[in-house]
Amino acid sequence: MRTLLPVACALLFAASAGAAPPPVDFAREVRPILSGQCFQCHGPDEKARKAKLRLDLRDEAIKSGTIVPGKPDESEVITRVCSTDPDARMPPEKLKKPALTPDQIATLKRWVAEGAKYSDHWSFTKLTRPPVPEIQNPKFEIRNPIDNFILYRLLREGVEPSKEVDRVTLIRRLSFDLTGLPPTPEDVRAFVSDKSPNAYEKLVDKLLASPHHGERMAVWWLDLVRYADTIGYHSDNPMNVYPYRDYVVRAFNANMPFDQFTVEQLAGDLLPKPTKWQLVASTYNRLLQTTEEGGSQAKEYEAKYAADRVRNFGQVWLGGTLMCAECHNHKFDPYTQADFYSMAAFFADIQEPAVGGRGPGTPIPMTAEQEAGVKRVARDVLIAQAKLEAAARVFAESEDAFANVEKWPNPNPGKKGPANVVVPADVKAILAKPSDKRTPAEVGRLAQFARDNAPDLNADRAALATATAAKTAFENTVPRALITIAGAPRTVRVLPRGNWLDESGPVMTPKTPGFLPPLPPLAAGRGRYNRLDLARWTVSPENPLTARVTANRLWRLFFGYGIARSLEESGVQGELPTHPELLDWLASEFGKKWDVRHLVKLIVMSGAYRQSSVETPAVRERDPMNKLFARQTRQRLDAEFIRDTALSIGGLLNPTVGGPSVKPYQPPGYWAALNFPPREWQKDTGDKVYRRGMYTHWQRSFPHPAMVALDAPSREECTCDRAKSNIPQQALVLLNDPEFVEAAKAFAIKTIKEGGEGGTDRIQWAFERATGRKPKVGEAVILIQLLRKHEKHFADKPEEAKKLLSIGDTPPPKDVKPEELAAWVSVCRAILNLHETITRQ
Amino acid sequence: MNLHALRLHQRRTFLTQSCRGVGALALASLLDRRAAAAPQKVEKWKGVVTKPHVPPKVKRVIFMVMAGGASHLELFDNKPELAKRHGQQMPESITKGQPIAQLQGSAKLICFGPQWGFKKHGKSGQEMNELFVHLPEVADDLCIVRSAKTEAINHDPAHTFMNTGSTVSGRPSMGSWLTYGLGSEADDLPGFVVLTSNGRGGQNQPIAARQWAAGFLPGQFQGVQLRSKGDPVLYLPNPPGVEMGQQKDVIDAVARLNELQNAAVDDPEIATRIAQYELAFKMQTSVPALMEFKDEPAKVLEMYGAKGPDGSFAGNCLLARRLAQKGVRFIQLYHRDWDHHGGIKDGIKLKIEEVDRPLAALVKDLKRLGMFEDTLLVFTGEFGRTPMSQGGSGRDHHMKGFSVLLAGGGIKGGLSHGATDEFGYNAEEKVFPIHDLHATMLHLMGIDHERLTVKFQGRDYRLTDVHGHVVKDILA
Repeated sequence: MRTLLPVACALLFAASAGAAPPPVDFAREVRPILSGQCFQCHGPDEKARKAKLRLDLRDEAIKSGTIVPGKPDESEVITRVCSTDPDARMPPEKLKKPALTPDQIATLKRWVAEGAKYSDHWSFTKLTRPPVPEIQNPKFEIRNPIDNFILYRLLREGVEPSKEVDRVTLIRRLSFDLTGLPPTPEDVRAFVSDKSPNAYEKLVDKLLASPHHGERMAVWWLDLVRYADTIGYHSDNPMNVYPYRDYVVRAFNANMPFDQFTVEQLAGDLLPKPTKWQLVASTYNRLLQTTEEGGSQAKEYEAKYAADRVRNFGQVWLGGTLMCAECHNHKFDPYTQADFYSMAAFFADIQEPAVGGRGPGTPIPMTAEQEAGVKRVARDVLIAQAKLEAAARVFAESEDAFANVEKWPNPNPGKKGPANVVVPADVKAILAKPSDKRTPAEVGRLAQFARDNAPDLNADRAALATATAAKTAFENTVPRALITIAGAPRTVRVLPRGNWLDESGPVMTPKTPGFLPPLPPLAAGRGRYNRLDLARWTVSPENPLTARVTANRLWRLFFGYGIARSLEESGVQGELPTHPELLDWLASEFGKKWDVRHLVKLIVMSGAYRQSSVETPAVRERDPMNKLFARQTRQRLDAEFIRDTALSIGGLLNPTVGGPSVKPYQPPGYWAALNFPPREWQKDTGDKVYRRGMYTHWQRSFPHPAMVALDAPSREECTCDRAKSNIPQQALVLLNDPEFVEAAKAFAIKTIKEGGEGGTDRIQWAFERATGRKPKVGEAVILIQLLRKHEKHFADKPEEAKKLLSIGDTPPPKDVKPEELAAWVSVCRAILNLHETITRQ
Repeated sequence: MNLHALRLHQRRTFLTQSCRGVGALALASLLDRRAAAAPQKVEKWKGVVTKPHVPPKVKRVIFMVMAGGASHLELFDNKPELAKRHGQQMPESITKGQPIAQLQGSAKLICFGPQWGFKKHGKSGQEMNELFVHLPEVADDLCIVRSAKTEAINHDPAHTFMNTGSTVSGRPSMGSWLTYGLGSEADDLPGFVVLTSNGRGGQNQPIAARQWAAGFLPGQFQGVQLRSKGDPVLYLPNPPGVEMGQQKDVIDAVARLNELQNAAVDDPEIATRIAQYELAFKMQTSVPALMEFKDEPAKVLEMYGAKGPDGSFAGNCLLARRLAQKGVRFIQLYHRDWDHHGGIKDGIKLKIEEVDRPLAALVKDLKRLGMFEDTLLVFTGEFGRTPMSQGGSGRDHHMKGFSVLLAGGGIKGGLSHGATDEFGYNAEEKVFPIHDLHATMLHLMGIDHERLTVKFQGRDYRLTDVHGHVVKDILA
């Protein structure tokens, strides 16, 4: 190591001189022990607290005498964990927590001896921008400040970063990461042969500008906000929310600042003169699971919905477990139960049925034509209404208009109604008066009665009915969304132990958690805070969480792991960031202008991002979990992108961006256990079945089974990090799902038509199309063998070839022999099933 | 921390990390490789509980859910006092302030006596609906808990609670916990299998796939539905025109190509992927063979009352036994159509006709095969039904008291455990919350329910949340 930085030199020097080890780091070494072993009974939750002792606050711990700074032997914290007396030893046996290890005890002792210094939890402290560490004479290229942080740590640890990856792998990685799609072979070749110094940056910019970039980012966001097309509980009927998905895609494609993105989703409806898209954004508040189940109790579901919203908000924007405070104060973090319900109070103004259908939602005209149409039909109704009102007025003022009122036919007799109109008593009383003695209000009442009943006004009433029907009919052709509509807030009480039947808890008004920076004072004349206040607070510079949490999750998209690994928990029980300064630097860079694309570009431009993902045994031995980011992470693609990739390679992908959800192939009977009403999946036709996976109808109780096999979540709750499993169902999907077989068929046709002449050329062509690289000889041989064997097989059994080629909606071309094409389908199936094809390396 | 605890802790840590990116199997093999420094065969998941916490009594569970909410008052909980008060108003002292489902807003809550008579059977005198003909033959093998209670009054959350110990979506279901904890003995089948059947009464309440989801555990622990109609496992059959030989050719080519790739990049996930393709291929033959009852003697079919693998409850009970023989860890049956808001008298008769024979057969058959002693059978609704009438002929949802039937290894046969009050409303004696059912079930499998945990959202989650006691009284 020739390029050691001064600090490392100093450290090495100090170490070699036999100096004392560095002081114990409270956050990294001590708090995890206290939090894991002690806080459950000696932490923030007052109700669970034993012996009135809390150890999460230094002053309290010292006051109680259990910690005597500098004197471990006099500190009960130490003596208790060391005790051999089962009645005295902490943690007590009945908690079934493992006893402290000798190392942990030694750490605690040393910490007390060094003065028992506490520090604030990293994510709760004010965000300040750390200096970028300087690295002199770096051995490796520093592309931007991210690399300074990464290299600084690597040098300290004595680990070398991986080499920059080859260009083929790099463009595939970048394409998957930025668009969720593989590059075309032409893109690959162009990039590989581009010798200009900014070739990579040009590629980054091109992919960031792709309309598919917004789709890729939306898949990430839709998991967080639990976007789905159905209500979730019981009948799990559809709900109209897809315009919200369009909003998210548009927002990422327009690089909408994240603060605006936040405000519009939480409170777009409360903005002054909200635009159509701001209203659509507010659909965020309606994405939760709801019920139509008969016998559901409104109060119970109001409580469930309130909790659902707080859970989601707490996860998405605060990156933590505020939800743990629903029944009691949080056991580890400073969230109180009152915090939970005062957060719930922010959402209490959202108007919705507690139990029952959600309704179709508000018409959201998407095209100029729809926009004009919606205006036109609304105006027509207003005109017809005005005409009827005016005619009724004239009628009511005219002499003897009501002479035969008792004989007027009933305009709405229904099945059992009387044939003639029923004249209400108040109308009768008015009519008994001479017409010149009637007050204006009384004349108004007569006009109203005449409007609804007078036979003379039949034509005007009919005109209004027609206009209204036309309005409904037109609006039904326009997309609708369950936007947020605010109203008088529901009463929100603290529910003791989360029990909705218990009304003894205090009424709560909107307020943010007490330990976080406060909301600005309410303006004069305003009675309470609302969602808009919450939204602005969420993205205020004082809020320490939002920028950190979001930057961490963005990093995860491009490295496979967060800098703090537990993306769903930034609180005390979460994992500490491996590179806290880097995370804070990224967060402050992000929070400056909330520029998502800036951060994304910064990350993918770094040298760290461009490293190879191949693990050398030495690196694996040293850092099996890649906590140093001394290499890239190999990852199987997300469910949607595996589908997109197969369709794209097969040339079938319909690249339309946005619009209603679609229904591609799904095994018949998969919905057999759904009811109210019973349903069967109605597959779409035409090119709708080739849309990107993110547009597939998302049925919460039965998400598309191919997506489930590939780890797509149900979107019932916030998903911060999809599990990545490797299970036989994935093989079954890729091998047998008609979607993938049809993609293989299309791929085979393309290969025969475009891949040159002869087996070898075509195999080269097909392999390159799927993996970005030419096959090695050994690889090509395997595929050629498969081809030859199946050519023979299908030549012997041409009827089997025809059956195979019958798959999918597109007929096979007439100018290719079925047995030849069928054999190529086998080859293409093999290629689409390769681990390499579905892996971002 | 003893060695076992340490290992458990390590495995747990790795699995937790695996939730964030890499397959658990791959990670496990990665670790092995670190020790052995040589590529190894991918091993089957053996579970985090490598050494049982307590001596296990059973190896597997067959969990039968009478979906819709089976009426305890027409099955196992005879209430003469309720019969006596039939038609009278329920005492307000019992119902006041209690959650209520479809009877919300009813002017009066009226007592509705059991609609059928009860008979006592066996040496133990187990009491059950007089319509049961076959179940009485195994009465002394059954433990009937008459004091169960749950925490949700609507079908959907009640199923979620029964399966995951929480009404909030997203937690792993029981079968996922068990396969995570213990792995599976089955070689070419998933460790957690789900079977559903419909009733003839038209009250088929929906059952969401979330009921067998793995929640925050990796997908390998999710339940797999075996279907009697359509493909037995989704995407199981080859594409049209592709015979097993050609399918094998494709899979072999994929495996060989993946091996070459693995030689270049040395990625444990690739070895796992190859193994999963092998397993998928095995399933393609093993599952259809399993779903055909060709090798079952006619008298066995007759004993269950099964016509074949027709997706009836009888067929599913026999299929469950076949799955048990294959080493499947958790077999869950949903039998629908128990939601008797009206017409309960006739409705329950239909249901007893459907379940009586197969349920008894399952006990007898497992005994015949020497498997009764290492299998736990559970038979329960997601909740019970009200002692109050709904519309004069039915009963509403009820969560404060109902019956659960258990049998098999480690269970005291012929036992009646706990009781509801004289109306059958509140579980009163030896109250049996669902968390206790979970704790007891895990105990019988050799697991301390407080020690099978997974860290998620910064918290050690478990099937029993922060509750649950092993109910020693019902253990043999």
